[in-house]
Amino acid sequence: MEIVRQKLSDSTDFRARQLRARDMLKGDLDDADLQKHVEESLLTTTLEKASKWAQGNAFMPATFGLACCAIEMMAMVNARVDIARFGFEAFRASPRQADVLIISGRISIKMAPVVRRIYDQMLEPKWAIAMGACASSQGVFNNYAIVPADKFMPVDMYVPGCPPRPESLAHGILKLRQAVVARPDLGWRARYGGEGTEEVLAQVAAEDPGAAAAINVLREGTDGASA
Amino acid sequence: MPDATGLELIAQELRDRDADAVLGTLFYREQATILVHPNAVPATLEHLRGKGYTFLASLHGVDYFPEEPRLGVHYELLDMKRVDRLRVKTRVHTDVPHVPSVTPKWPTANHQEREAFDMFGIVFDGHPDLRRILMPEDYEGWPQRRDFPVGGEAILYTHNELNQPGWWK
Repeated sequence: MEIVRQKLSDSTDFRARQLRARDMLKGDLDDADLQKHVEESLLTTTLEKASKWAQGNAFMPATFGLACCAIEMMAMVNARVDIARFGFEAFRASPRQADVLIISGRISIKMAPVVRRIYDQMLEPKWAIAMGACASSQGVFNNYAIVPADKFMPVDMYVPGCPPRPESLAHGILKLRQAVVARPDLGWRARYGGEGTEEVLAQVAAEDPGAAAAINVLREGTDGASA
Repeated sequence: MPDATGLELIAQELRDRDADAVLGTLFYREQATILVHPNAVPATLEHLRGKGYTFLASLHGVDYFPEEPRLGVHYELLDMKRVDRLRVKTRVHTDVPHVPSVTPKWPTANHQEREAFDMFGIVFDGHPDLRRILMPEDYEGWPQRRDFPVGGEAILYTHNELNQPGWWK
């Protein structure tokens, strides 16, 4: 990426814009000036792009460590790598509040249902990172006891290493941010052909003809079983 | 460890109690081992407890494939006053892999016998709760036996492909 350095506008110009913003907030700006102010300070985009930009810059990973990779995941939060610089430091202790699942370690076939359940409990939009060799391809534990993550759940990003250094995982998260911001259409549903499996509230399904075709319609008083 | 003479004295004591108990002794690299008949394991361990080996440090299964009897159980005993270790081994066939449990007398053996059962299919008779401990309950097979397939994903290594003879074929 090319970095363009610009000289800051001179201070008098900055002060003038500050005063104009103050006037606008007071309601003192009239038509032409107001128009000029709005043109200078607004940026137009689509709602989807804006929301994906916000989502990609504020991941909340689930607090979920599986093995030795989890130590590196913790180190990623510490001062040296400090993932808080990018806004990803808010590890959530509940899958309901998290939107990234970092599968940090080997998953035994006994643990796989638990991991899958945690992923299913996360609210959409959600992403998963397979961290390290074991979660990606079983690594040195390529035997009867271990199962790779993408055998039982969708995985968005693979971080190689055994274990990956904290920098690698930070790089993986930044790559995931790139993917989310640049290609918002490439969610796991698009990649796995999962369209139509969204859970939709019954009221929404009644009002929106597009959502009415959804398979999983949640009705009041049920536990979320499909209609 | 008892020295080689001490090991023979202990083995002779066990033979005096039960003539069929001891199948042999092994003194290798300063480590003393007594091989006993499976049925004599609880009585042997109790006798050794009386001689000061009061701590069962470890219990584990072994697969001696292709030797017969294939399966083995090792008991590592420790005398904590003299810091003296003694190993008791027993061997069973895969057809009838039955060993009397020592859990009633040595509570620490509970989970370790379950692990040996889980991994090797050695049945410990008299165990209060003999079921799988590490593998899923519905798992089939004994994964640490040496004739059990390793499993996992088949991997094709290509990094040294060009060094293999006849790579162009």
